Amino acid sequence: MKDAKRTWSWSILGLTAPAYLWLTLTVFLPLSAMLYFSFLTQVPFGGREASLTLQHYRTFFELDFYQLLTWRSIKLGLHVTALCLLLGYPAAYVLARQIKGRWRESLFLLVILPFWSNSLVRVYSWTIVLRNDGVLDRLVQWLFPGAGPINLMFSYPAIVIGLTHAFLPYMILTTYVSLQAIDERLLEAAQSLGARPWTVFTRVVFPLSLPGVISGIILIFVPVIGVFMEPRVLGGRAGTMLGTVIEEQFVQAFNWPFGAALSFILLAVVLLLLTVFYPFLRGRRLI
Amino acid sequence: MGRFRGMMVACVLAMVLLVGGVVSAQPTLHILNWQGYGSDEPWAVEIFEQRFGVRVIHDYFSNEEEMLTKLRTSPGVYDLVLPNNVYTPIAIREGLLEPIDASLIPNFQDVDPTLQRVPEFMDGDQLYAVAWTWGATSFAYNTERVTGPLDSIQALWDPRFAGRVGWWDDSLTSVQLAALATGQDPNNPQDLNLIREKLLALRDQVQVLWTSEDEWNRFMAANAFDIGVYWSGSVSRSQKFFGLPVEFVIPMEGAMAWLDGWAIPKNAPNRELAHKWIDFMLSPEFYVRWDTEVGAPASANLAAMQQLPEDSFNRRVLADPEVVARLVFMKPISEEQRVRYLQLWQEVKFRFTM
Repeated sequence: MKDAKRTWSWSILGLTAPAYLWLTLTVFLPLSAMLYFSFLTQVPFGGREASLTLQHYRTFFELDFYQLLTWRSIKLGLHVTALCLLLGYPAAYVLARQIKGRWRESLFLLVILPFWSNSLVRVYSWTIVLRNDGVLDRLVQWLFPGAGPINLMFSYPAIVIGLTHAFLPYMILTTYVSLQAIDERLLEAAQSLGARPWTVFTRVVFPLSLPGVISGIILIFVPVIGVFMEPRVLGGRAGTMLGTVIEEQFVQAFNWPFGAALSFILLAVVLLLLTVFYPFLRGRRLI
Repeated sequence: MGRFRGMMVACVLAMVLLVGGVVSAQPTLHILNWQGYGSDEPWAVEIFEQRFGVRVIHDYFSNEEEMLTKLRTSPGVYDLVLPNNVYTPIAIREGLLEPIDASLIPNFQDVDPTLQRVPEFMDGDQLYAVAWTWGATSFAYNTERVTGPLDSIQALWDPRFAGRVGWWDDSLTSVQLAALATGQDPNNPQDLNLIREKLLALRDQVQVLWTSEDEWNRFMAANAFDIGVYWSGSVSRSQKFFGLPVEFVIPMEGAMAWLDGWAIPKNAPNRELAHKWIDFMLSPEFYVRWDTEVGAPASANLAAMQQLPEDSFNRRVLADPEVVARLVFMKPISEEQRVRYLQLWQEVKFRFTM
C-alpha cells in the first residue's frame, strides 16, 4: 500500500514536472529578469554600467500622461469586455440551451473560425471594412442613399470593433461550457415551483453560468489592456495606448528598464482590480 | 539501455557528418542587413555566389539597436554588416568593427569624394565603413489629389491638409522635422518646448501614424491621407508597385539625410571575400539593376548614379547639388536624448487622443 502511494506520487511528479519546468523556464525566468531590469538605470548589455534606481517608477507617477494612458487602456478593456459579454452571452446561451446536434457543431465552428487566421491578417481585413468608401460605408450608402459617409477607420470605435471581434470567441466558449453544465432538473424544479422564464434565467441560469462569465471577463480584460498591435493599425491618431507606449520603449529608445517598469505597473493594476472585483463577482453566486 | 546507447552513437555520428559537411563545403558569407534592402535580392546573391564560389546567408535586423545587439552578442559570426552614419561611431567605439582596406575595393575610387571619408565612418585615419547608399527623410504628396508643387515643410501643418496627413510614428524623426519647421538645428535642438508645441499643432492634421513602407502605400492607396512623412528611397517603389502618383519633396527648410555604409565586424571569418562583396554592392552592375527593377536609395557611387535612366528620381532630384546642399545629415544622439525625445513624442501622441 505504501509502495503504491509512493509510485503514485512519483508518477504525478513525472507527469507534471515537464510542464512546470517549462513554465518556470519560459515565464518565471524572463519575468524575473524584467522585474530586475525595471530597477536598473539601463540595460546591462554591451559593457554598460547599470545601477539600481527607482527612477522609472517615479517617472510614471510624475508625468500625468502615463497615468492617463493607463486609465485609457483600462477603459478600452472595459468597453471591449462589456461588448463581448453583451454579444457573447446570448450567443452562448442559444448554442448551449436551444440548438442541438449538427447545427450546434457548425455554429460552433463559425465561432472558432477567426482563430484559424493570423491576428494581423484579421486586423488588416478590418481596415478594408471600416475605411472611408470601404465595405461598411458602401453597404450603408446602398441601404440608405443620402446618408452621410461612414468613416470609422482611425478612431477609437475602430479599435473597439477590431478587438471585440478578436476576443469574442473567448467569452462564447467559456460561457458555453458553464451554461451547458447546468443540470436540466434544476430548471424543471424552478418551473414547477412557479418561476416564470425570466425568473428562471435571473435566479437559476445566470448565477450558475457566472464562473464561465468570470473566466471570460478575465481572459479578455487582462490581455486587452496591454494590446499594442490593433490600436496602432486601426486607431490612427487615436491609437496610443499603454501597450503601444511600452513597446516603443523597447524598440525605439532601447529603454528596457522603463518599458519593464510600465509593464509591471500594468500588472499591478490588473492584480489590484482582480482582487477587488473577484470576491464581488463570486459573491453574486450566493444570491 | 543498449538501444539508448545506439541512438547516442547515431546522433554523434550525424553531428560529425553535419559539421564535417559544412566545413568541407564552399565558404559561407554571413551578412547582417535590413530585410529587402538590395543585398538579399535573389539575382544579386546568385551572381555573387557563382562568381566567387561561396554561399551567401542573410540575417536581418529591424532597427539599428537590434543590429548593435547582434554584433555585441555574436562576435565572429558575421562577415558584413550595414550600419548607418548615426550608429557606426558607436560600433567603432565599442570595438565591434574591423578596419577596411579600400585598396581591395576597386569601385571605391568612384565613390563620391565627399562620401569617401565621412567622419562618422572613420577613426582617425582608419576607414571602418564604406558609404553605399544615402537618402532623405522628408515628405511626399499625391500629385492627383494635391495641387502642387509644394516646397515648404510647413505644408504638413497647412490647414488645407487637416485630417489628411500621414505621419511616421518615430520619435527621433518627429523631433527632427519639428526642429526644421521651427528653424532649429535638428541635430541639436535647443528649444524642446517649441518643438512640443509644433508637434501638438499636428493634432488636427494627422490621420494616420504609419510604421512601415507597406502601410504607407496601402493607406495612401486607400485614400486615407494625401501627404505624409516619407523616405526618398521608397518613392520609386510606391510608383512602381502601387501605381501611386507620388512626388517627394526636399523642402527649402531642409530634410534629414542618412548614409548607410558596409562594414566588416570584428573577427569576421572571411575578410577578403567581404571586401569583394562590398565592391560588388558598389558596382554599377548591381546598383542600376536594383534601382530600375526594384527601386533603391541613391548610390554613393557616382559612376553607378550616372548609368541610371535620365528620368529616375535618384538622378533627377538627388543628383542636383543645390538640393544636396539643403540636406542635413543625421548626427549620433546620446541615450539621454533618445529617451527624452521618446517621452516627448509619447506625450504628444497622448494629447492627440484627447
